[in-house]
Amino acid sequence: MSRKLIDLWVGFFVVVGLAAVLFLALRVGNLSAANFAETYTLTAKFDNIGGLKVRGPVKSAGVVVGRVSEIGFDAQAYEAVVTLTLDSRYHFPKDTFASILTAGLLGEQYVGLDAGGDEKMMKAGDVFAKTQSAVVLEKLISQFMFNKASEAPDKK
Amino acid sequence: MADREMPALVELVRAVGHKVNNGLVRMGFAARFFVMVLVYSGQSFRRLHLTIREIYFSGFQSLLIILVSGLFIGMVLGMQGYETLQRYGSADALGILVALSLTRELGPVVSALLFASRAGSSITAEIGLMKATEQLTAMDMMAVNPIARVVAPKFWGGVISMPLLAALFSAVGVFGGYLVGVVLIGVDEGAFWSQMQGSVDFRYDIWNGVVKSFVFGVAVSLIAVFEGYDAVPTAEGVSASIKRTVVYSALAILALDFVLTSFMFRGL
Repeated sequence: MSRKLIDLWVGFFVVVGLAAVLFLALRVGNLSAANFAETYTLTAKFDNIGGLKVRGPVKSAGVVVGRVSEIGFDAQAYEAVVTLTLDSRYHFPKDTFASILTAGLLGEQYVGLDAGGDEKMMKAGDVFAKTQSAVVLEKLISQFMFNKASEAPDKK
Repeated sequence: MADREMPALVELVRAVGHKVNNGLVRMGFAARFFVMVLVYSGQSFRRLHLTIREIYFSGFQSLLIILVSGLFIGMVLGMQGYETLQRYGSADALGILVALSLTRELGPVVSALLFASRAGSSITAEIGLMKATEQLTAMDMMAVNPIARVVAPKFWGGVISMPLLAALFSAVGVFGGYLVGVVLIGVDEGAFWSQMQGSVDFRYDIWNGVVKSFVFGVAVSLIAVFEGYDAVPTAEGVSASIKRTVVYSALAILALDFVLTSFMFRGL
């Protein structure tokens, strides 16, 4: 087999292989969508983050606007410190409300941002003033049972 | 009586020690051989056509088996995944299941196993036969270093081919899952792709898969060239070397896969 023909087929092989990587990156993965070109970070403190994970989505009005980049623990206040990396195209008012929500009944947990009415926008490194923790199902159920139990004697 | 049993016991312990020592010597020899290959690999890039020839033989000629296996594994994943997911009413997540299992695990591992048995064994056979017919010695006599001329190009050809083959395997597999899931069974096409894109991350899932297949490529190619170079130069010796290439490659791939997975995906 001549060297030119071998070169041709190897070139074809390498091009097809690289095209497969490109296909995986663009069509299967989310390289085009999730890598925000420019980002800034904000911090939110929660009493309880439930099952929130690093790389979890940050959504506002259902649209992904950023990702959870770090989860830490504040040993003084006994709070979870969650660092959010947001797309720098989107800015949120100072009184934006950050809460931890669940997608569906058993789905993954994400940070939801409800924009407030303040005219001043948050800058990089700011901390959310108002947050709401994750809903813990066990607590909800025990609260409900406790309320039911305390109601019961009055109805007799 | 005790005297007669003791030597048998000692003999047993000695046999174990002999095995362990032999294994260690071979591993040490393999490590030195690896360093030699790296030291003499300059020529395989200066005279690039040597390496290109090897990419043709080990990479391009493995395309058929890689593409067909990838397609069928993707189709089976689509069928089995749908079977299980629809019980929980989440057949829309089929794309995630197919793409993640292929890019993270099946793509690198299965294509490396196929590569070891398709290309690794033929590399061992070629080098082993060259040794048995004293072609390597002849090269040495002509002041041509056989490691630089024969071994290093084969090694680099395998290392370069492996990630490309694994990526092709995953891509074709995803297409196979699409064929069965969307075209045949009728999962919603938009949900299939968008859910997949929503949870497959380039750096975390796809790039880690590429890194895995690169590591497997190094391991399989090294085992193949080493077993060939170390073969006992008889017909039996070469056949034993080929057998060892396939067995050790498969064991190395699976063991390395566990180690790499435990470092890469800790479920953070």
